[in-house]
Amino acid sequence: MATIYDIETGGRVPALEAQGLSVFYGELEAVKDVSLTIPSRQVVALIGPSGCGKSTLLRCFNRMNDLVPAARVEGAVTFHGQNLYGDDVDPVEVRRRIGMVFQKPNPFPKSIFDNVAFGPRVNGHEGDLDMLVEASLKQSALWDEVHDRLQDSAYALSGGQQQRLCIARTLAVKPEIVLMDEPASALDPIATQRIEELIYELKKDYTIVIVTHNMQQAARISDYTAFLYMGHLVEYGPTETIFTNPKEEQTEAYITGRFG
Amino acid sequence: MSDPGPSFGGATTPRGRRRRRLGVLFAGLCAAATAVGVLALGVLLTDVALDGLPSLDGDFLVNFGSRIPERAGIKAALAGSVWILTLTALISFPVSVAAAIYLEEYASQNWITRTIQTNIANLAGVPSIVYGILGLALFVRFFRLDRSVLSGALTLSLLIMPVIIMAAQEAIRAVPGTIREAAYGLGATRWQVVRTQVLPSAMPGILTGTILALSRAVGETAPLIMVGAVGYLAFTPAGPMDRFTVLPLQIYNWVSRPQDEFRALAAAGIVVLLLLLLSMNAVAIVLRNRYQTRN
Repeated sequence: MATIYDIETGGRVPALEAQGLSVFYGELEAVKDVSLTIPSRQVVALIGPSGCGKSTLLRCFNRMNDLVPAARVEGAVTFHGQNLYGDDVDPVEVRRRIGMVFQKPNPFPKSIFDNVAFGPRVNGHEGDLDMLVEASLKQSALWDEVHDRLQDSAYALSGGQQQRLCIARTLAVKPEIVLMDEPASALDPIATQRIEELIYELKKDYTIVIVTHNMQQAARISDYTAFLYMGHLVEYGPTETIFTNPKEEQTEAYITGRFG
Repeated sequence: MSDPGPSFGGATTPRGRRRRRLGVLFAGLCAAATAVGVLALGVLLTDVALDGLPSLDGDFLVNFGSRIPERAGIKAALAGSVWILTLTALISFPVSVAAAIYLEEYASQNWITRTIQTNIANLAGVPSIVYGILGLALFVRFFRLDRSVLSGALTLSLLIMPVIIMAAQEAIRAVPGTIREAAYGLGATRWQVVRTQVLPSAMPGILTGTILALSRAVGETAPLIMVGAVGYLAFTPAGPMDRFTVLPLQIYNWVSRPQDEFRALAAAGIVVLLLLLLSMNAVAIVLRNRYQTRN
């Protein structure tokens, strides 16, 4: 049964709207009839136990599931009034406007500069590449640490620095929405804190959807939280409500640590 | 029987001694197996070098074949081998790499792809003489390329392409999926992902596979006899449509003569062939290092 959760978005423009979204991996239905609205310039956290479909749902928002041969998506995702799964939509263009940061830092085996410049280059950027790289690295709070060694290999950076490089790389393409798939799960507490501060800063200019395993992290950084369980969207609402006064028993059981 | 206590005296019990002996025995067997290969190679190289080095001088490299052993040289065969090698590399490398990219990055996983895949693996095991017969029928006769360098190179390309394709596929498969995802996530097209990320990362492995396959091609004799390489030539090929001979064929030709002097020439020819192989391997190592340091 489909339930559309009306949430108080404070009159904000919706950045993304999912309607009746289902994802199948062969016979397995990983996401079941999910509908939700992502408000603009807010942080939305997707939480739930392993295998609940939160990463799969996130990957629907920039058509990354297209790259999985067995995956099939039903339903619609609306972005600026257009269905991202419409016939005339080019998934390459979708991914340029809706960027993604992955679970494990995955810089290219290239220099720091070339990592950030990769996106603009493949998208035919015209203009000052040096300035764009600098601005992107500043946005991701990495510039001060790397400005004098931009030609060094990205692999020489620490894990936390690599993840901030990956964020800079995503921002260099100038997306409107940034999807983050457990961006801090492979990092130590200090590096995690830096990423969280960064997300707080980025919220001013970008809409952020973040998948996280860490409920404290969801409570700290997100404005809205969606709880998924076995492919279903169980509850969605302002983070404070979800964590202090959840409507559903399953949500309460999960956030109080009774399962998951 | 008393409790052995907290001792580590396992080695002193009969069972413990037996286990230890088995371990030593196994290590010894493995070392012996390695030694067989190394010793055989050592004996072969020494024997060939002793026989061949006295005949190996500047004249040997610049003279054509001759009935008189003192005047016989390897010029035609060396030039032919280099011609064949170059053309084979130029033909087989791009085609094989393109096929590997198609199979790994573009083809959907259905029964057609699986059939192609199985057939490539089978083709790698087909005896080379069969490729020779195919080359004779297809290139020499049907396409009327005659008994030319080009016919030989095309035949050898067919022979080694399955090997290069499989090596290239392995190398492409070894490129981490996270790198592809990152590039796709930034709005790169499939072609851009392949060109800017997959190929550069896979190139060391592809080059190694290619050089190994070419090393096999340079030692082939049977298929080239089928497509008309000859044992004696008094000129070097000036173009891809000329007739040719190759090192292994020249060596075989000399070995089969009754005079001992020609045996020495054959040994010298083997030394030249081995040097050619070694320099190819050196090129492979240099190319591989160039690609790896650039990353």
